[in-house]
Amino acid sequence: MGLRGDAAIVGIAELPAEKKQSGPPRFTIDQYAHLAKLALDDAGLPASVVNGLVTHGIQESDMFAPATLSEYLGMPLDFGERVDLGGATAAGMVWRAAAAIELGACEAVLCVVPGSLMLPRSERRAPASGSPLWYGASSGKYGSPQAEFEIPYGNVGQNAPYAQIANRYAAEFGYDPRATAKIAVDQRTNACSHPDAVFHGKPLSVDDVLASPMIADPIRMLEVVMRVQGGAAVLLTNADLASKARNRPVRVTGFGEHLAFKTPTYAEDLVRTPIARAADRAFEMAGLERADVDMASLYDCYTITVLMTLEDAGFCPKGTGMQWVNDHDLTFRGDFPVNTAGGQLSFGQAGMAGGMHHVVDAARQVMGRGADAQVADCDTAFVTGNGGIMSEQVALLLQGE
Amino acid sequence: MTTPSTEKAVEPRPQPEATPVSQPYWDALREHRISIQHSPSADQWVFYPRLLAPGTLADDLEWREISGAGTLYTFTVAERPTAPPWADRVPQLLAVVEWDEGPRVSTELVEVDPADIRIGMRVSPVFHDDPESGMTLLHYRPAE
Repeated sequence: MGLRGDAAIVGIAELPAEKKQSGPPRFTIDQYAHLAKLALDDAGLPASVVNGLVTHGIQESDMFAPATLSEYLGMPLDFGERVDLGGATAAGMVWRAAAAIELGACEAVLCVVPGSLMLPRSERRAPASGSPLWYGASSGKYGSPQAEFEIPYGNVGQNAPYAQIANRYAAEFGYDPRATAKIAVDQRTNACSHPDAVFHGKPLSVDDVLASPMIADPIRMLEVVMRVQGGAAVLLTNADLASKARNRPVRVTGFGEHLAFKTPTYAEDLVRTPIARAADRAFEMAGLERADVDMASLYDCYTITVLMTLEDAGFCPKGTGMQWVNDHDLTFRGDFPVNTAGGQLSFGQAGMAGGMHHVVDAARQVMGRGADAQVADCDTAFVTGNGGIMSEQVALLLQGE
Repeated sequence: MTTPSTEKAVEPRPQPEATPVSQPYWDALREHRISIQHSPSADQWVFYPRLLAPGTLADDLEWREISGAGTLYTFTVAERPTAPPWADRVPQLLAVVEWDEGPRVSTELVEVDPADIRIGMRVSPVFHDDPESGMTLLHYRPAE
């Protein structure tokens, strides 16, 4: 079982993070087209090579998203896929695309995640009535377990459940607020060397984090992602097309995926997360050790997510993450670089494109295009995606050719 | 724990609606009893209610009454409302209780000072009738 490592990311695209979008509103199919063009141009390959496409869905059509995109883009497909894994969607797209390429189902696959919520509004039709926006990732539909057993108790949104995870972690292993704050601080240092980050030019201290308002105990405001407008994409191809592309190919050599629940109340063990199994499988597939990793691009909706991912993915023993973070430099020039473009905490979270930020940042480093934030001799990157509330997770290993 | 009528939420708080599968759970709560499912073949307690036993898909789920006693598995004190309907209810004491039988349930803590909440503490059920919807919600407070 596993990938041979023949498929590679050959083109990347990421729009600068913007708190307020400077450009006009665009439908998600327009955003998809724009990001696809950027990724193809980045690779130096023509649109005609694409015969595979992955999407998480489009705002303009509840169903038939791949076919609608195929038609709109003018790209006949031999592989049309939709991935529904929340924040793990992007990493889930990448391994599915690599697998499809290795199977010979297709040669070049677009994985695109639009990230702007600013859509053109109809002047003739009222907005479709549905669940209020605050339901977020919880379904208020009749028959949904969340509608019946979570939402009535106010257990909705992300902040409170992540805080419940952090508190359970604290009860089992202890908690050092300065350590979780340091994760945000180190990533902010990275963002200050990445001009497209929303917090570029705004350094941060541990005391700043600890002085920010408490959102849901023990999580403070500066330990929570900032929503931005943006979008990100990658293009994967087979080895033949990769050799014709402009960038150093970033081979997908290992992956793992694991999901077991939607709401953390029903997790078998709240503080031992699905990334443990996913990471083990990824490393085994790639034939790599943890020490081989030159940079880690870890899904960071909250600082506690990064901390628990460092432990559960095997970079330090369970329960020692707080001390480990204090002992290591997570900046791009440090001994264990994490989220070198700022991560979602400091680059910004462009909605569903937040997961793709981690894929793009890792590929950018392995391509050697990190500019001021480049990690020296970066050949191997570890990427995680995390959807729901630590409920669906994907690990990737990316290696330079 | 009914909300005083002088308080007005920005939006009404969503109430649960029983389904064909979960009806016995809500019927029992209305009578201030807690009844959850048990699969004899798997010797496993099940919550929330299912049609078939999770894991084995055994068709042998039966309803059994439990005391509702449990321990606090985790919690948070939400200083910012998790959504507009709770704008007038902060801090929200959002909790997960582990019943002595094993399954966990999402709930809110009541009748407790947030500073006194400890993971692992024993907790007891508090039944909160909502006259408007006719549903009863299951809250928890520290055990006597």
